Amino acid sequence: MIAITNKRDGSREKKKKRWKQIIPVYVMILPGLLYLLINNYIPMFGVIIAFKKLNFSEGIFRSPWNGMDNFKFLFATTDAWTITRNTLLYNIAFFVIGTVVAIAMAVLINEIRSKLASKAYQSLSLLPFLMSWVVVSYLTYAFLSSETGLINNSILEPLGRDKINWYMDKTYWPLILIIVNTWKSIGYSMIIYLASIVGINQDYYEAATIDGATKWKQIRHITLPLLKPTFLTLLILSIGQIFRSDFGLFYQIPQNSGALYSVTRTLDVYVYQALLRNSDYGMSSAASFYQSIVGFVLILAANFLIKKFNRESALF
Amino acid sequence: MRTRENRVTQIIAHLFCGFIALCAILPFILLITSSITDEAWATQNGYSFFPGELSLEAYKYIGVQWDMIGRAYFMTLIVTVIGTTVSVLITTLFAYGISQTNIPGMRTVNFLLIFTMLFNGGLVATYYMYVHYLSIKDTIWALLIPSLLLNAFNVILVKNYISYSIPGALKEAATIDGASEFKIFAKIIMPLSLPIIATIGLMTGLSYWNDWQNGLYYLSGRGGAHLNTIQIILNNINENIQVLQQNASQAQAIGANTSQLPSTTIRMAIAALGILPILVLYPFFQRYFVKGITLGGVKE
Repeated sequence: MIAITNKRDGSREKKKKRWKQIIPVYVMILPGLLYLLINNYIPMFGVIIAFKKLNFSEGIFRSPWNGMDNFKFLFATTDAWTITRNTLLYNIAFFVIGTVVAIAMAVLINEIRSKLASKAYQSLSLLPFLMSWVVVSYLTYAFLSSETGLINNSILEPLGRDKINWYMDKTYWPLILIIVNTWKSIGYSMIIYLASIVGINQDYYEAATIDGATKWKQIRHITLPLLKPTFLTLLILSIGQIFRSDFGLFYQIPQNSGALYSVTRTLDVYVYQALLRNSDYGMSSAASFYQSIVGFVLILAANFLIKKFNRESALF
Repeated sequence: MRTRENRVTQIIAHLFCGFIALCAILPFILLITSSITDEAWATQNGYSFFPGELSLEAYKYIGVQWDMIGRAYFMTLIVTVIGTTVSVLITTLFAYGISQTNIPGMRTVNFLLIFTMLFNGGLVATYYMYVHYLSIKDTIWALLIPSLLLNAFNVILVKNYISYSIPGALKEAATIDGASEFKIFAKIIMPLSLPIIATIGLMTGLSYWNDWQNGLYYLSGRGGAHLNTIQIILNNINENIQVLQQNASQAQAIGANTSQLPSTTIRMAIAALGILPILVLYPFFQRYFVKGITLGGVKE
């Protein structure tokens, strides 16, 4: 009899102890969870705005349904095609060029014997990454402004060439955007690759040197193959992001110049302009929905493919 | 033969990396030199690495306008400090919570967190919720809350650090000694996680300092002017230039002109002021920053 009571008391005590451990943990994650709910989850349901004829004063739920009209209007314009093309092509170009330059720099910086020089190159090339896009747009403007820009005044003019009205002439913009983006992100991606290179076992190189392999051969047959996992991870991440673009780059750097829209406007910029410049909730929400859903499908597809080829690299 | 090959490698490596480092730094030098150029000279000859005439007028102007610019500086500082502190605290608490997989529900919460990296509602839905239902337009919350406060990637970094680098036995011992969860968090987890906390703190601090998007979305020109940060002021100047450029002929017709805008050199001086703290502090936090990128670069 006594033993049974004791046992019961014991388990109750245990349960009490368990709750004493569980409740504080729930309290700890509460602020973060609330934030996810507000900032991330509630807006997910807001994507239904794309199917509504939104009336700001009525709110989402009381606004009338609109069926597929918003999408019909969006895809009837040439804008839909332009912004999709720009978003995809720029992402591909950024990935290819960014990866090539970053790997080249990481491989070379790893060869540099002077510690001081290597540190200096790393620190300096990372600086642009720390700056906001607004500041970068000021820097770009200093080079490209048609009246006061460095390129027009200090390079083209002394060479006797005509000044170029950069912000009105769309010919050069794909190149300008690629340069600016590479300039800003190179230090960051270089360090990711450098971290993988530093982690490679030195025995491989020693063995190769004994076998008489040249530097170039070592790079080709040891370093580059061993960078594959890092490369694949970054590739999957960028496929997952291929429908997104850096709003700052495409909004700030071309200075929102209308003459350049056909080569500078991406989905994110379009959504912003339709929403806050034109208050066109229909077009804006349709483009936003299109971006979220297709982006999501692409992430799932990328992950599925990677799982098939290389389980280790899959994201989830 | 080998030494010659090595020398060639060294030369190529220095040339390539040196070129990239030079490209990285030159625009900043141009920014500084043009902020100390004489305005008349700058208008005539444009931005230049070698200004013909130097002048500190631009910085004097900032001194005169310190009401507006000093206020913006103060706002930037406040937003960065409050935002970063709160962010680091809730990120670490959340990460510690979900690292305890033996607590019921934590796996689900972990999935909820990762899902935010895969799918989001997009700008329209987010904007509508913040403005229509939470009324954060033109309040300080607009600069603190949207998108920057908790980031799934940072949570995962801290969570992994706690799981792999802090021995479970430490926590058990503390529990046996009767320490509460909060005590364990404050006395064991936080101190032992300092490297990763410093890393996410720097990253978050930088994104608050550099943020102009929340201002663009959620502060209106007049109602929110008292909340402007340096980056928002820089963005506003930019937008005014655009309006003037695009309507150059109309602007002339109605008598508006570019003189209403801060001049070339003043704009550069404000920008220089905006990046100054980063440039000054960078040498000190560079080590942590690189560590953070290295951590961030590898998969969760």
